[in-house]
Amino acid sequence: MNPKSTSLTPYYRTLTRNIVLLVMVISLAPMVIVTGIILNQFSASYHEKVFAHLEELVLKHKRNIDGFLVEKLENIRFLVEDVDFGKLQQEDMLAEHLSRLQSAYGTVFVDLGIVNEAGQQIAYAGPFKLGNARYADAEWFKQAIHNPYYTSDVFLGLRGSPHFIITVRKPWQGKNYILRATIDFVSFNRLVEQVRIGETGFAYILNREGQFQTKPIFDFTPTRDIYDRYFATLERMEKEVEIQERLDGTGVKCLYVSALLKNGDWLLVYKQVSNDAFSNLHNAQIIAIVFFILGGIVIVALAISMSAKMVRRIATSDTEKEIMNQQVIETGKLASVGELAAGIAHEINNPVAIMVEEAGWLQDLMADGAFESEEDIKEFERALNQIRVQGRRCKEITHKLLSFARKTDSRIEDFEVGPLLEELVSLSAQRAKYSNVELVTHLDEKLPAISASQSELQQVFLNLINNALDAMEKAGGVLEINAHQNDGKIVIEVADNGPGIPKANLARIFDPFFTTKPVGSGTGLGLSICYGIIHKMGGEIAVKSAVDVGTTFSIRLPIKTSESDDPETEETVSETENQ
Amino acid sequence: MEPTRKNHHDSKAIRLLLVDDEKGFVDVLSKRLAKRNIQTTRAHSGTEGIRLLRRSDFDVAVLDLKLEDMDGIEILKIFKKMDPDMPVIMLTGHGSEKASREGMHHGAFDYLTKPHELAELVAKINEAVRHREKTDGNDETASSR
Repeated sequence: MNPKSTSLTPYYRTLTRNIVLLVMVISLAPMVIVTGIILNQFSASYHEKVFAHLEELVLKHKRNIDGFLVEKLENIRFLVEDVDFGKLQQEDMLAEHLSRLQSAYGTVFVDLGIVNEAGQQIAYAGPFKLGNARYADAEWFKQAIHNPYYTSDVFLGLRGSPHFIITVRKPWQGKNYILRATIDFVSFNRLVEQVRIGETGFAYILNREGQFQTKPIFDFTPTRDIYDRYFATLERMEKEVEIQERLDGTGVKCLYVSALLKNGDWLLVYKQVSNDAFSNLHNAQIIAIVFFILGGIVIVALAISMSAKMVRRIATSDTEKEIMNQQVIETGKLASVGELAAGIAHEINNPVAIMVEEAGWLQDLMADGAFESEEDIKEFERALNQIRVQGRRCKEITHKLLSFARKTDSRIEDFEVGPLLEELVSLSAQRAKYSNVELVTHLDEKLPAISASQSELQQVFLNLINNALDAMEKAGGVLEINAHQNDGKIVIEVADNGPGIPKANLARIFDPFFTTKPVGSGTGLGLSICYGIIHKMGGEIAVKSAVDVGTTFSIRLPIKTSESDDPETEETVSETENQ
Repeated sequence: MEPTRKNHHDSKAIRLLLVDDEKGFVDVLSKRLAKRNIQTTRAHSGTEGIRLLRRSDFDVAVLDLKLEDMDGIEILKIFKKMDPDMPVIMLTGHGSEKASREGMHHGAFDYLTKPHELAELVAKINEAVRHREKTDGNDETASSR
């Protein structure tokens, strides 16, 4: 493991990516939902408001125009009812009444005329020379002669300019006469022209034939079918104002607000391009979206920078943890080696004591001066020989210890577990002897190599053996160490028939600082270190135990597959550790 | 009473029970002690030591705490039960202070760390025997009360 790599490993890159995605989803999703709902609600209520406003506007103007028409009709009716009709037929009287009307209502009334049953104008007052005009074939006349009151559509008529007329039928001396008044188109048109909102909102009036009754500000050809439908809808629905949003002839989405005028003869239409009508809404939406995007960018930037920072911190603390772990392992190694060394010191003390005594014995003999007889010389030889034998014994012990101590680095290398286990068993033999424990090994001859740190693995087994010997110290027993291959792994079992571990402790056995030894005797770190080491190697360690039957630790180590690259191994290690 | 005892010791060798499973060590040590007026009876295991003690009296015992068949402290306890007056000197290895303390607690007279100087051991043996004589006297006055 090389914990000091500055660039992040794939594991941390994945971690960064996941955190960024998570933060983005968590912070953007509610933002999207809330903004969406607010925009939608706002749009709906804004539509409602605009519709209501337009409806009211059109309704107001409808009433206004209808009122205008009714008022003008009433003016004419008053004239017919109130004034002696005989006198009214005199042109100067008619002119006088016209000027009175004009002074009261402005230039709305252009002229007045009286037409007889035959369609012949018999009296006229006004700016045009229409004194004897004949209207027998005029469309309006046909309607007027059959109705008590009549308001015509706008037409060009004899004078050649757009106008419309209001007529009142008057039976007089057994015959029907018609008083007609021409309404000034300009002043009527002004009523509709006033209706202007935004840049594109305007109003116009159509008759049932789809002909303009006013001069629209924007020129276009009305589509007959559509207006027919409006007429029909308004009559059927019995509501005063109808509002619709649809494409106009040029493919632009427009709002159409319509109302019937003149008892259903005319249609007042207000038209506005939707975008214009809802321009405020669109502005608000654009601002909201801009802020949303800016907010999103900030969130994404923060997510990325924070995650990167966080992951770096995690990586640093992982590295620190790794170093700490390494230090704990080192400490644990010192402890277990210390335990081993104590056993070996005992082992070495015996031959040393013998040598010291034999040497002393030789001195005793020399002090007595007895070194001439054959018996004395024999005794000398025996003692010297004993010193040599015991010296050799010391040498063997120190050799074993040295070969163990030499493997101190945690370098990863390929090796076989068999020799390592045998060496450990021989080192522990003396301790086992004193604990009255029989050491038995069953090691498969041809076990494949594993890739690990020898010293760390040594530490694991030394720990397990020491623990087992500690457990069996009082009553003695058998400690079995087995190694075999199974399922692509090397399985090593350290089994004792000691007192076993109670169930309550078994679950906590790999926890750091958990110990059943008296205070000061054990650190409680041994097995947790073993656990850490084995997991770092990508292996598993498990324990089975029954009280009064014994305890078995089994370790499964992955077999070194091929010349697999180290980084991959490293990643598995860090992933296992961070789970 | 006392002079008799003293005379007895001066004239007669000290009877020592040496319990240690390292045969080479026991053999050479007993030879050297014999030259220093200490008659050694050798036991190569805990059980052998107990058997020998049951059979005959000893003035003092030297007991190795690390034995293959039995725990040294256990043997010490048994010795103290069988002959409470017999001083027991323990032989321990380096780093076995805890065992030594435990032994002292269970009535051992003293302890020595292997490997040791013979003079030291002989001094301790003599000291133990002298101590025994003293306490024997005290015990007698105590028991006569």
